[in-house]
Amino acid sequence: MDPTIDQIIFLIVSILTLGAGFVVVTNRNLLYSALAMMASFLGVAAIYVLLDAGFLAAAQLLVYIGAISILVIFAIMMTRRLMQSTETSFNAQWGMGIFTALVVFGLFVAVIGNFWPLAPAAGQPLASGTAVPDGMLQDSIAALGRAFVSVDAFVIPFELASVMLLAAMVGAILVAWPKAEDEV
Amino acid sequence: MSFGILEFLKSLIDLTVFDYMRGVWGDQRFVEPVLDLIGALVVSTFCLLIVIFLIWLERKVIARMQDRIGPNRVGGKFGLLQTVADVLKLLSKEMITPAAADWWPYNLAPLLIVIASLLMWAVLPFAPGVLGVDLNIGLFYVLAVSSISVVSLLLAGWGSNNKYALLGAYRSIAQLVSYEVPMILSLLVPILLASSMSTIDIINAQTVPFILVVPISALIFFISALAETGRTPFDLLEADSEIVAGFHIEYGGMKFGMFFLAEFIGTLFMSGLFATVYLGGYRLFGLEEFVTGGGWALGRLLGLVVFFIKMFAVYFVFIWVRGTLPRFRIDQMLNFNWKFLVPLTLALVLMVAVVEKLPFMASLGDVSRAGVHLFANLLLGLVTLEILRRFARKQRMAQEEKLAARAAVNSGSEPGNLAPEAVAAH
Repeated sequence: MDPTIDQIIFLIVSILTLGAGFVVVTNRNLLYSALAMMASFLGVAAIYVLLDAGFLAAAQLLVYIGAISILVIFAIMMTRRLMQSTETSFNAQWGMGIFTALVVFGLFVAVIGNFWPLAPAAGQPLASGTAVPDGMLQDSIAALGRAFVSVDAFVIPFELASVMLLAAMVGAILVAWPKAEDEV
Repeated sequence: MSFGILEFLKSLIDLTVFDYMRGVWGDQRFVEPVLDLIGALVVSTFCLLIVIFLIWLERKVIARMQDRIGPNRVGGKFGLLQTVADVLKLLSKEMITPAAADWWPYNLAPLLIVIASLLMWAVLPFAPGVLGVDLNIGLFYVLAVSSISVVSLLLAGWGSNNKYALLGAYRSIAQLVSYEVPMILSLLVPILLASSMSTIDIINAQTVPFILVVPISALIFFISALAETGRTPFDLLEADSEIVAGFHIEYGGMKFGMFFLAEFIGTLFMSGLFATVYLGGYRLFGLEEFVTGGGWALGRLLGLVVFFIKMFAVYFVFIWVRGTLPRFRIDQMLNFNWKFLVPLTLALVLMVAVVEKLPFMASLGDVSRAGVHLFANLLLGLVTLEILRRFARKQRMAQEEKLAARAAVNSGSEPGNLAPEAVAAH
């Protein structure tokens, strides 16, 4: 069977994402690991694009690459002497790590395979190209926005998350607030 | 449909060449990817080439503002080929990687920053139907992609292995990350008004250009665009006199040129975005949809011209600001952002959202709704100015009191009843 262009792109992107992920855990220079992690995030964003989830892809780019990776790199730069030393890439927990990763992978396969079977059984044609109705895809941003604020959808988790972020922000300001005796 | 050279030329002129090629090639698998590739190539090449003109324009305009002549030797009286010569010089220089630099980050940074600034052009509409792709997350896409440039600044500063470069990079990131906040918030206002993030929908919603509807949002966007592109008065990224050019101090030749290139492409893009979001993009009283009897979509060409005029008008303001304003201090810059711009923008977003949903707004036409918004905006502007005035007054009084007290102590014997002349003398 001829692969479609989407499939070819998916293959390339997956290989890049997984390769970058492999570099993250095996490289002995922490900064390079962080860069590879960014590349891996970028790959995930590309997969979102392939799945027609543009908003999710842009959010991934803005939040994970633009903010979280920067934070990680700052943390690395300010706490380690990077240019001089390299880290060992294994610690005492590597066995446990592999075990956990395999369990999570198994769970994913089991859950997706049983509850949302996208791939048809052997020899069957693919019924629908996408997991959601086409109408929803056209209007996905508006639907997402409405779901966030409508009472019968996700308004409570959404508001809870924003309250949590606000609390974190207030906490950060409180921590950074100058003490009375520090005043100049 | 078969290929005809005359029809092809005609479709080139009225900017429908892609539709024409689709008709010629028919329904084949390779058509869309190939057309996408050609489009990306055309837009990128345009961006890279126009920078040559932009640099010349900038030097010339600033020179005139400062009562100088500017480039005037290479390429005739107006020095038109000066930048071409500069580019050739940059290109012919040796590509150097400093011995102590970290190879990957050092060389990746200039590439990434140019890629990021080129990617943003994908959603900018040049004329009706002439744009890379009409994403339903248009503006959000721009913001997401522009966040890549932060990464490349960090890479450049770190990879250079130079303390000034790292300091410069920290400064740049503080600036870019801070000013991203008012930029996103101020773009929320046109998004609210158009109830869409797509650039096309935002243009279509502008019966009255948004700069006349929400001028404060436009002003905040312009200020944060100045900061995001690192131009005067926010050019402490490269503050030559303090941190000797900042994060790109260790770069030379075309690698340095890439940072320069990205700055100019980014500035032009921000001008284009401002024109699209606040000035109505390619719109000119409906003339942009004009089609002649012979099927020539001349309106498209007109739209293109209109868009370019608007874009370069905004770009001229960028140059104007650069030619006239001095540089901020880093603490002033961050205070201005967090203590003034962000609260003001939050108030603005809240106010616009409430005004838009007022009960009588639904029954009004586009123009009167715009009027209500404009009134609310001006009100907010007045309140802001009044708060600023009171704050400045309080600060001035405190300062004067302090000075008076010091003068009293210095003059010795009678601190209580000093003559006003004595205070003035100190």
